[in-house]
Amino acid sequence: MTRTVPPKADPGADTAGTGEAATAAALHSGTSDIRALISRNLRTSGIYVAFVAIIALFAILTGGTSLSPGNITNIVLQYSYILVLAIGMVIVIIAGHIDLSVGSVVALTGAVSAVLVIRNGAPWWVGMLAAIAVGLVVGAWHGFWVAYIGIPAFIVTLAGMLLFRGLTLQVLDNISLSPFPPQYQKVASGFLNGLIGGQGYDAFTLLIGGIAVAGYAFSQFRTRVARITYKQPVESFPLFVARIVAVGLVVMYFAWQLAHARGLPIVLIILAVLIIAYGVITSRSVFGRQVYAIGGNLAAATLSGVKVKVVNFWIFVNMGFLAAVAGIIYSSRSNGAQPAAGNMFELDAIAAAFIGGAAVTGGVGTVVGAMVGGLIMAVMSNGMQLMGVDQSIQSVIKGLVLLLAVAFDVYNKRRAGSSR
Amino acid sequence: MDDYILEMRSITKTFPGVKALSEVSLAVHRGEVHAICGENGAGKSTLMKVLSGVYPAGSYEGEILYGGQVCKFSGIRDSEHAGIVIIHQELALVPYLSIAENIFLGNERRGRNGLIDWNKANADAAELLESVGLHENPVTPVGQLGVGKQQLVEIAKALSKDVKLLILDEPTAALNDTDSEHLLGLIRQLRDRGITSIIISHKLNEIIAIADQTTIIRDGQTVETLDMADPAVDTDRIIRGMVGRDLESYYPERESHPGEEVLRVEDWTVKHATQDRLVVDHASFDVRAGEVVGIAGLMGAGRTELAMSIFGRSYGRDVSGRIFIHGREVKARSVAEAIDHGIAYATEDRKKYGLNLIEDIRRNVSAAALSKLARRGWVNSNEETKVAEESRRSMNIKAPSVSSIVGKLSGGNQQKVVLSKWLFTDPDVLILDEPTRGIDVGAKYEIYTIINRLVAAGKAVVVISSELPELLGICDRIYTLSAGRITGQQPVREATQESLMALMTKERELAA
Repeated sequence: MTRTVPPKADPGADTAGTGEAATAAALHSGTSDIRALISRNLRTSGIYVAFVAIIALFAILTGGTSLSPGNITNIVLQYSYILVLAIGMVIVIIAGHIDLSVGSVVALTGAVSAVLVIRNGAPWWVGMLAAIAVGLVVGAWHGFWVAYIGIPAFIVTLAGMLLFRGLTLQVLDNISLSPFPPQYQKVASGFLNGLIGGQGYDAFTLLIGGIAVAGYAFSQFRTRVARITYKQPVESFPLFVARIVAVGLVVMYFAWQLAHARGLPIVLIILAVLIIAYGVITSRSVFGRQVYAIGGNLAAATLSGVKVKVVNFWIFVNMGFLAAVAGIIYSSRSNGAQPAAGNMFELDAIAAAFIGGAAVTGGVGTVVGAMVGGLIMAVMSNGMQLMGVDQSIQSVIKGLVLLLAVAFDVYNKRRAGSSR
Repeated sequence: MDDYILEMRSITKTFPGVKALSEVSLAVHRGEVHAICGENGAGKSTLMKVLSGVYPAGSYEGEILYGGQVCKFSGIRDSEHAGIVIIHQELALVPYLSIAENIFLGNERRGRNGLIDWNKANADAAELLESVGLHENPVTPVGQLGVGKQQLVEIAKALSKDVKLLILDEPTAALNDTDSEHLLGLIRQLRDRGITSIIISHKLNEIIAIADQTTIIRDGQTVETLDMADPAVDTDRIIRGMVGRDLESYYPERESHPGEEVLRVEDWTVKHATQDRLVVDHASFDVRAGEVVGIAGLMGAGRTELAMSIFGRSYGRDVSGRIFIHGREVKARSVAEAIDHGIAYATEDRKKYGLNLIEDIRRNVSAAALSKLARRGWVNSNEETKVAEESRRSMNIKAPSVSSIVGKLSGGNQQKVVLSKWLFTDPDVLILDEPTRGIDVGAKYEIYTIINRLVAAGKAVVVISSELPELLGICDRIYTLSAGRITGQQPVREATQESLMALMTKERELAA
């Protein structure tokens, strides 16, 4: 599971010209001042500590049930679409905007798909393509108003929230549609399992887990070698190995638990691909870097030649695309389309981004952080459901967690600001 | 004759690392118009902030006697209560509120029930408007008025507070001639009614016309107070006081070998972003390779507007004129295009417009030329670090590493990051707007050295600066700008502070 990849992960860096010498040097050089590393990354690492603590807390409170194979699978299935939304949302927030419409867009894209597939008997993939197309159009609509007309995103997407909810009702004639054909349902509730057998567990899931760990280790090593070639400081080799081993253990434990339930959820593969792709886009692409520049100081970005309008436009098109993906997953999971689908999803996605360290003022945030933020919410909701905590209390606790997470962020920033 | 309404004695005000005011004294007679003159950054505004309590008692040394008594104001409210009202250059009016609402903002006319008595407020406002000669309905939103009328509303507001000492900071800077004339007339009327005024102005002919006394401040110190009744006091006399005579010698030596023309701007005209007036008026200038060209002008002369509008039309409306790079006309309609044509502009306000303060040195250095570090849209972050490291070394940026957050660096080092960013775009011409503003002397010297290195490498450099000694110290040629017009051009060996100041304050009609 990619959630354990630290934000500084930088896979696939240029290694041209790397020889044996650099590799050998990699084994010996580097900094190992753990305290420096921790304090440097406190703002981002704080969220990981909190995440682990919350998992442990609910493991104890539920007597281990929360970490059972079946439950872990459940968390993945239940919250995948929120995580997909959070990926797009954190990019929107880094650029200094907000998107309040994604819940309505989830509903609209699912509805369009359902009308085509269920009511008109189109093939399942036509429904999905149509949903994606609708999502892109919606995103372009928002992007147009925000980027080219200059209306604040809060207003544009608030209007969008009403607009697309209304269109959903229109498309569905105010009734629910169900069921989707089996292929469509597979997106959210299908598993890849039994492909290579196993005794009481799914060996394929373990294999994928192993490949993921190997891929992580390989890309980290390549990054490390490249950094050394460029004479950049790296962590000491034992620390590097310890980090890889720790990540590997967590991923393999996760895979092991999944293998003992129903195998590898298809939606998890989709999610993993999106997280890796967007993690790399935000940290390494010119586009991603311009998003941070716009959010960090709009005026400076403009005067540095960043095409602010173009970037803002595509940020919203991308959000529309991801909302459509979430819409497909959600409609697949609920096996149909409902007029009220996706209600309040935007708030969960926004909360995930902020808990994950995104700044209200823009310029700060990571995809991985938002994923951890979303999972914190997911583990908490799930844990409280297992414990039978009343809905009203759940809401109170979630609200407080959001508030405290942002307060922690503000406090940290103030301390960092005054530490000079 | 020695009836002083205000005496400021030996005022010293220090900011971390900078002594803004040093033993400044000011004595203002009751019922006179007292002008304060000085270059930008001489300490005029700081002095007025001390007086009005923006810098509260205790944060400065020295004492203030007002009406014969020692005053310790702890805030604007205190000084206003005592009858001292300051009208800033940037007017402090709320554009959507009516004239009457603005006049009584924070000082509302309440009826017996505690609610605002609008009839009384509007009636009182009408009376005040009458006394300042503004014929407008008090319910008109202030945003609908021109700047000149807004200024009158500010004065009416001051009168409503029972003002005894009125301070006007650059009151006519944004006004046209008719409005200025009217305002000066009003100040005279107020004097006749016994209201004392302190007026800060760069327009020396206005000072000659209106002031009874003029105090000149230079480098945070009082130079002298002139009695304007003395016929020997004219603009030249004031200029001599303002610029002093000691040209400081901390500018590194440079041999000048200007080459071919790199940038030529012709007939450049720009309209103000929101107001209906020209901020740059048919300006033409050129810069050659290996040459440092200065642009001198007082605040509001249009220096930054000129530079930013050339840099991809980042400022203003209805920009017209032609730009030639290496003799070929180019269109720079956006910042990206300007950068492509080899123009770089380092802003005067690096925190607001120049840097992403929450990011590190590396990402700031690469910000304007990220595509140079990218292949097919993917940034090579190691290459980026290498570039930033090279800049850190060559520019001598004092920071633990290139991943240091820029917001935590000192002003001088931040400025070096800005310069690094623009040098990485590999420009032919660099426009540096106030490159040494707010940085210490040592860092200034380093910046000058960097500029010398750039011209030695064949770049063309334009320096905009408020500090005339700086321009005289580092430039080959200096253009003067006044009210958006180029009023003159002098080779540095012919130019003096006096000659530049005379051109910078040259009148609109004479300029043509």
